[in-house]
Amino acid sequence: MTVPAFFFYLFSAVAVASAFMVIAGRNPVHSVLWLILTFVNAAGLFLLIGAEFLAMILVVVYVGAVAVLFLFVVMMLDVDFAELREGFLQYLPIGALVGLVFLVELVLVVGTWAVGPGIASAIKAPIPNASQVTNTEAIGRVLYTTYVHYFQIAGLVLLVAMIGAIVLTLHHRVNVKRQNISSQNARTRDTAIEVVKVKTGEGI
Amino acid sequence: MVDFFWQTLWPIIIILAQSVLLLVALLIFIAYILLADRKIWAAVQMRRGPNVVGPFGLLQSFADLLKFVLKEPIIPAGANKGVFLLAPLVTCVLALAAWAVIPVHPGWSIAEINVGILYIFAISSLTVYGVIMAGWASNSKYPFLAALRSAAQMVSYEVSIGFVIITVLLCAGSLNLTKIVEAQNGPWGMFQWYWLPLLPMFVVFYISALAETNRPPFDLVEAESELVAGFMVEYSSTPYLLFMLGEYVAIVTMCAMGTILFLGGWLPPFDVAPFNWLPGIVWFVIKVCFMFFLFAMAKAIVPRYRYDQLMRLGWKVFLPLSLVMVVAVAAVLHFTGWAPK
Amino acid sequence: MAVLVHDYLPVVVFIGVATVIGLALLVSPFLLAYQNPDPEKLSAYECGFNAFDDARMKFDVRFYLVAILFIIFDLEVAFLFPWAIVFGELGSFGFWSMMVFLGVLTIGFIYEWKKGALEWD
Repeated sequence: MTVPAFFFYLFSAVAVASAFMVIAGRNPVHSVLWLILTFVNAAGLFLLIGAEFLAMILVVVYVGAVAVLFLFVVMMLDVDFAELREGFLQYLPIGALVGLVFLVELVLVVGTWAVGPGIASAIKAPIPNASQVTNTEAIGRVLYTTYVHYFQIAGLVLLVAMIGAIVLTLHHRVNVKRQNISSQNARTRDTAIEVVKVKTGEGI
Repeated sequence: MVDFFWQTLWPIIIILAQSVLLLVALLIFIAYILLADRKIWAAVQMRRGPNVVGPFGLLQSFADLLKFVLKEPIIPAGANKGVFLLAPLVTCVLALAAWAVIPVHPGWSIAEINVGILYIFAISSLTVYGVIMAGWASNSKYPFLAALRSAAQMVSYEVSIGFVIITVLLCAGSLNLTKIVEAQNGPWGMFQWYWLPLLPMFVVFYISALAETNRPPFDLVEAESELVAGFMVEYSSTPYLLFMLGEYVAIVTMCAMGTILFLGGWLPPFDVAPFNWLPGIVWFVIKVCFMFFLFAMAKAIVPRYRYDQLMRLGWKVFLPLSLVMVVAVAAVLHFTGWAPK
Repeated sequence: MAVLVHDYLPVVVFIGVATVIGLALLVSPFLLAYQNPDPEKLSAYECGFNAFDDARMKFDVRFYLVAILFIIFDLEVAFLFPWAIVFGELGSFGFWSMMVFLGVLTIGFIYEWKKGALEWD
């Protein structure tokens, strides 16, 4: 058995096993930790097919950012999990529907790959030689010029996500004292102190 | 069988030997960095610092190690045992893992990968897990609060570090750490290293690195006056040692990153007679020590930030500043045609 | 992709060695050190009294907002990486394409600033 094959089986076995643990675990925090392990192994698989940029971005974005949010939500939301489990049957139809839609989409993705027009030519399109061009450069050469529409749409999606997050979660607390650093720095001797002449025995 | 040995096992044995060598050298370096930190701190406050174990206290860190190993390890009754013990291990291993790609001398790195800087960026974005896991698994109030603070803090400053790295990449044109260092080589010597052309970014990087590694003045995670020791309250013995070790390794990694991105890595200040006699690794270590000295002085001199000030600095000062700098550097390179081809 | 495996194998070995060192340190006091636990020693740290309730509590939604904003800016940085290293080859179109992308996100940034989402109180 060659070294790449060994790592392929190692990464995929751990990825599948930990993905199973994500849904099998009783404690949601443990589930998220297993999910992180799954992501890391998926990154390993990306490395094996030569997509090193995607592998690193997977770790940076999914493990370093998205999973932190997940962990925040499950760790810090004070959820009673016994109660949650009782409501399981109630949400089962919706869950099943979402699962079904997702399954159909997956089938469509694979199906289009097999029958869609233009796929055959896309597969045959020359890819740069990995020993001469790193795949980060290969992505960079096409992403911002050839695929500029997708790139700009991604920017708009991020904008919508940003605005959506603010609209949904932002609330201002009232009666909070805030520090205004610029006005604090703009204070001078004249605006800050006042010299008062006080007559003896009278006070202010 | 013989072929298999020479083609597969032998290279692995060599890599293994190199890894052990680098790790041992790194850990001994960390032991003295720790001592230097305490000595510098003491000197600023007109104290002597550790001076009992060995001449000038030089063996202090090793005595501490021995003491940690012989202390009673305590796992609180309410803690999640697995995650509780996993957290220090994750912190330490992740901090060490970054060193697999750092070139300390031309050609001296364990792995020479194309996306070196991205690898370090990815690893440093994972260090937040050690803190969150420790804070949650301890099942105690102080660690929990520290984990919350820390997660928001580290995450905020990582964005600015990302933009800082982008400005360097614009000038260097490669993600490979060796190539980034070589791109700084030129007739102007140390004035061609990126610290001068990208001076504002160097400052942003230095301060963000302090915040990323929970160093004072941004040590709100540990803040002994309010959170006693933050996420480490419940830890004792070597689990605690692993946190300390991870923290200092992360600091030295940040120093090494600063050295590679801004201070020309192993390059001598000027490529003339007295300077280029010293081998590259000596220059690298000198520069890392210089960066660490800046870290240690900040700890000794600057008072701790308040949490709202910390968030303001990250989101309202560094983020827009570094974003503007990315655009400015790109525009300058584009319109002058200086961009690396 | 034998080339990449050759590049990354050392990283895996290095992380393996680091893990062994970490594990050795983690396990050693459990083997070497004197252990004598009692309920007081194993209780969670408080300021001298027993904890009132579970330490895991609800907290301000602001922390989630910070995490979400971080994801967005992290993605932005991820898009910048390939652009930065092929910057010299892209020419004007690539430059302006990224400027538009950054401009769109700057609008979002200004919006969150004006809304006070960056205000910490």
